[in-house]
Amino acid sequence: MKIHEYQAKQIFAEGGIPVPPGDMATTSLEAVAIAEKVGKPVMVKAQVHVGGRGKAGGIKYAENAEAAKVLAQTILGMDIKGLTVKKVLVTAAEDIITESYVGIILDRATKQPVIMVSPAGGVDIEEVAAKTPEKIFKLYVDPVLGLKSYQARNLAYKLYRDINQVRQATDIIMKLYDVFWKVDASLAEINPLITNPSGEVIALDAKINIDDNGLFRQREVAAMRDLDAEEPSELQAREADLSYVKLDGNIGCIVNGAGLAMATMDLVKRYGGEPANFLDIGGSSSPQKVVTAMNIILSDSNVEAILINIFGGITRCDDVANGIVEAFKQFKPSVPVVVRLTGTNEQKAADILRSINLPYADTLDNVVKKAIELAGME
Amino acid sequence: MSIFINKKTKVLVQGITGRDGSFHATQMKDYGANVVGGVTPGKGGTKVADIPVFNTMEEAVSKTGANTSVVYVPPAFAVDAIYEAVDAGIKLVVCITEGIPANDMMKVYPYVKAKGARLIGPNSPGLISPDESKVGIMPGTIVKKGHVGVVSRSGTLTYEAIWALTQAGLGQTTCIGIGGDQVIGTNFIDCLEAFEKDQATKAVVMIGEIGGSDEEIAAEYIKKNLSKPVVAFIAGQTAPPGKRMGHAGAIISGGSGTAAEKIAALNKVGVPVAGSPTEIPAVLKELMAKAGKKAAGTVKKAAKAATKKTATKAKVKKTTAKAAAKKKSSAKKTALKRKKKQ
Repeated sequence: MKIHEYQAKQIFAEGGIPVPPGDMATTSLEAVAIAEKVGKPVMVKAQVHVGGRGKAGGIKYAENAEAAKVLAQTILGMDIKGLTVKKVLVTAAEDIITESYVGIILDRATKQPVIMVSPAGGVDIEEVAAKTPEKIFKLYVDPVLGLKSYQARNLAYKLYRDINQVRQATDIIMKLYDVFWKVDASLAEINPLITNPSGEVIALDAKINIDDNGLFRQREVAAMRDLDAEEPSELQAREADLSYVKLDGNIGCIVNGAGLAMATMDLVKRYGGEPANFLDIGGSSSPQKVVTAMNIILSDSNVEAILINIFGGITRCDDVANGIVEAFKQFKPSVPVVVRLTGTNEQKAADILRSINLPYADTLDNVVKKAIELAGME
Repeated sequence: MSIFINKKTKVLVQGITGRDGSFHATQMKDYGANVVGGVTPGKGGTKVADIPVFNTMEEAVSKTGANTSVVYVPPAFAVDAIYEAVDAGIKLVVCITEGIPANDMMKVYPYVKAKGARLIGPNSPGLISPDESKVGIMPGTIVKKGHVGVVSRSGTLTYEAIWALTQAGLGQTTCIGIGGDQVIGTNFIDCLEAFEKDQATKAVVMIGEIGGSDEEIAAEYIKKNLSKPVVAFIAGQTAPPGKRMGHAGAIISGGSGTAAEKIAALNKVGVPVAGSPTEIPAVLKELMAKAGKKAAGTVKKAAKAATKKTATKAKVKKTTAKAAAKKKSSAKKTALKRKKKQ
């Protein structure tokens, strides 16, 4: 789950990491109030879940509260890479002397958190990694033993020479590591970590990605989910406990199993169609889930046909077929639907579906081909 | 033969009285797996389908001598169940649970390793060795005993591939799901290593998906260590970047972990990647035929070389014998000359 900069900064502040004073605003009036409270020039920063906000004109300097009001009016409602700005962060502007990068990410290969620091801050770290990898310093941390002070200090010395700044950076790195564990982060990043004319080391930006699997025990963080920022169909799916990602194509897919769902989408493309979505309906044969899945997919006007691909395995195909029949009683789809059910009792399932004149396919390839054919006929 | 589990495997089912635990314990037993007991705190002394239930893993292991366990416990308690299993002496823990926080797994993994045990999963369907044992939820109706090892990050996609292999007459030694999460206990290379050592396994099918670099790491391993043919399938060529596709581990982040990169890495080391799971058997048969020809060619070559060697040896012997004979005769001549002189 992604959280906004202002939320990540809140978490940083609670964790003892220095951030500039400021607050989130949804209206220009709120922005003015915050700017007045800060009492010095501010940055008005769009809060959207994409990178490149600055380039898109979503991050602006405001000399005073009046300027902040005008800028907030401009930035709120702006479209940045397809997302509408509904919130801005109004935060004290800092004079920047140096910019560095500090980030902690879960490294899957070593199964450890890796801390990366770079004196090349304020730019896209992936570009730095690609063009000047020698500017990035990594430390893999033993997840059981944790981060030792001297290790954080060694990293700080890659960024600063002045012992005063080294001490501040060491402290920030230790605290960022604690934050990473505390909120079940898969990524916690400060880019840029700056020094100002007073020699203070401050986190000017904050990014935290939360492991979805950790949300069940992160009540406060889970509440930070921005429902406005989500695709309504994806929101609906999550509430129904369905795994769903909206795409741009015309063939809707309902599949049991994430890997099989991805393979089905790939096959749609291979046979000349375009997948409209990813949807993993999981292992149960509940009619309600089928209805919800179809509802969600059909809210997408691009969809011209739906395929249901179930590899039964232990789940009985006739149970699934009955679920589909039940679903069709409640809900008449406006586009053709073709079903493939393979596994235990598949013959019974085929008979059940035939009794309601539902097109049926016997293999993965055939259900994809049939769906594309039916879509073409509309 | 098989990897990790066989007829001797004795399984305990953790969470046996739950909905999934009880259902799958029965399924495993019906398949012929040696399910010796189950654990649910508070339900000790009861039975699930004639399987004795214990309150703790410690008691269960001591009473049954189990060496393996399978975890059907919700995410909030699954990690505790894994620790309990390895502390009780279990050497193979198969974790079916989906939804365990990755940060927990980062701590579990080194612990299990330090205890000399193996964890498969989490978020795994488990593994099945046809006609030997089944630990997990893989359907027994789709497998057939044979010589192909199958290792996969998926659940039902794996079944699709296994079913295609079975229908094509390509039976399996062991089919193992390593799970869909970011941090897992057993990776591709662990299974590839075991398949390489398993004499019954003649070829391997590897099923990957977007996210992480496990397939790329496996490709390097295959290049250096695998003598057996490998065919792969990678799901997620149409997955958009930055979105989690169901599995916690199926996400393209920062531009890396794409299906295209994985396919390229595998192709580079000579592993063909099938265009769909149903094409795997055909690609495998072709590869095995090539490998067979190569092996036959290697045998022929070796035989030819051996013949050449013998011929050369014989030649050398002849030449040496000739030279020796010459030496002898000249020595004789010299001796005669000397005698004559005298």
